[in-house]
Amino acid sequence: MAAPESETVKPKPEATKSTAADGGNANKADATKYVGTPAVGTSKAAAAGGLGTVGPEPSAANERRRRLVWCSVTAFLGAWVIAFLRFFLSRTLFEPPTIFKIGYPSDYALGVDSKFQQRYRIWVDRTPDRIFVIYARCTHLGCTPDWKASENKFKCPCHGSGYDSEGINFEGPAPRPMDRANVQLAPDGQIIVDTSRLFSWPKGQPSRFNDPGSYLPV
Amino acid sequence: MASCFQSALHNLRETKVWKSVFRRGPANTNRTRSLAIFGNLFLHWMPVKVREKSLRVRASYYLGSISFILFIVLFVTGILLMFYYHPAAPNAYRDMKDLQFVVANGVFLRNLHRLAAHLMVFAVFWHMFHVFYRGGYKPPHEFNWVVGVVLLLLTLFLSYTGYLLPWDQLAFWAVTVGTNIISAMPFIGHKVRFLLLGGNIVGENALLRFYVLHVVILPLAAFVLIGIHFWRVQKDGGLTVKPKDEDGKE
Repeated sequence: MAAPESETVKPKPEATKSTAADGGNANKADATKYVGTPAVGTSKAAAAGGLGTVGPEPSAANERRRRLVWCSVTAFLGAWVIAFLRFFLSRTLFEPPTIFKIGYPSDYALGVDSKFQQRYRIWVDRTPDRIFVIYARCTHLGCTPDWKASENKFKCPCHGSGYDSEGINFEGPAPRPMDRANVQLAPDGQIIVDTSRLFSWPKGQPSRFNDPGSYLPV
Repeated sequence: MASCFQSALHNLRETKVWKSVFRRGPANTNRTRSLAIFGNLFLHWMPVKVREKSLRVRASYYLGSISFILFIVLFVTGILLMFYYHPAAPNAYRDMKDLQFVVANGVFLRNLHRLAAHLMVFAVFWHMFHVFYRGGYKPPHEFNWVVGVVLLLLTLFLSYTGYLLPWDQLAFWAVTVGTNIISAMPFIGHKVRFLLLGGNIVGENALLRFYVLHVVILPLAAFVLIGIHFWRVQKDGGLTVKPKDEDGKE
């Protein structure tokens, strides 16, 4: 980048040939052949003034400007790329509804009812004092367990987690009981289930299975 | 017969078309042989000469080449399978069944793709272990070792994304389990799962995303990295040969 380099620039062979009589001045004599100043950055300009004259003067101010421009360009493109990642998170989802009605409390007898497993991925569970809805997702890695009526337990086919009839884990790798969905009574007397609002009982933490909305008292 | 063939080849090499394509005559000296490699787009990242001992079976068991050939097999059969496969919810499973029972040679292609995929995972792992035990990760091969590890991960991602495409029970639950493992990542796990599935459940969006990753993004990345990987083998001075082999003894 240093200016003195221009002194050591070797003239082009043909330039030397045509102006050999000028001796050491071959470089400059060649350049004066053109009318006006050679365009900045071209090989002609380099031949006229040496390589050091090509491009901006290497001063501290120029270095700062260059860094500023590069930082701005990088920051702009970086911010744009990060903003563009929003593209991959869809605004609309075409997924099954999470709020639905499952009939009247009187429809359910004591025990586990699996009639909505296929459609809504839930089991309706009635005990002597309450009705609650278990969200049919294994707390290990998210498979749907099977209700084994003869063994009175839920069994996950993926890695063998077992849950009792109230969804409490007792065998296999499951870390906690299965979550329960929010239940309410609609004005028409039917049960409304909302599987986007789940009540869980994480290991070593207080149970939320007695929270309001996690069950219907009968 | 042989001389007849040779003279035909010689005449072919003298034609204008041959010369315009290959730009040089027969490769019969070391220099012209090197130039033939340099001047060919498909060969120029291969070494122009290799040590004889690095060509021995025991030097590499050809595991890298086997992995690459399996990749090419997967590339070709995969493109053919794409002619009949729709990455959409009711179609995907039926198309897979059609390939098995209706499409001419479909079951052959599907099984070839499947088996080659299993074998490639096996070959890539074996390749990695072999390189590791040979000390192939040591300088000057560090960078190529890292490229190789990324290629191993790409192989596994390709397997995993391809796993969902048959859209059967195994595919669905395997991806359910796998993406739930991802969501165990601290802080960003659920976001990454959502990003990968394009939703909260393994549905049509997930199938489409896995399809795009499987047929475009990951193969493209693998191709680029394989190119770098091969090129660096040559730039780093060829295969790591066991010291025992250096003496010419086994």
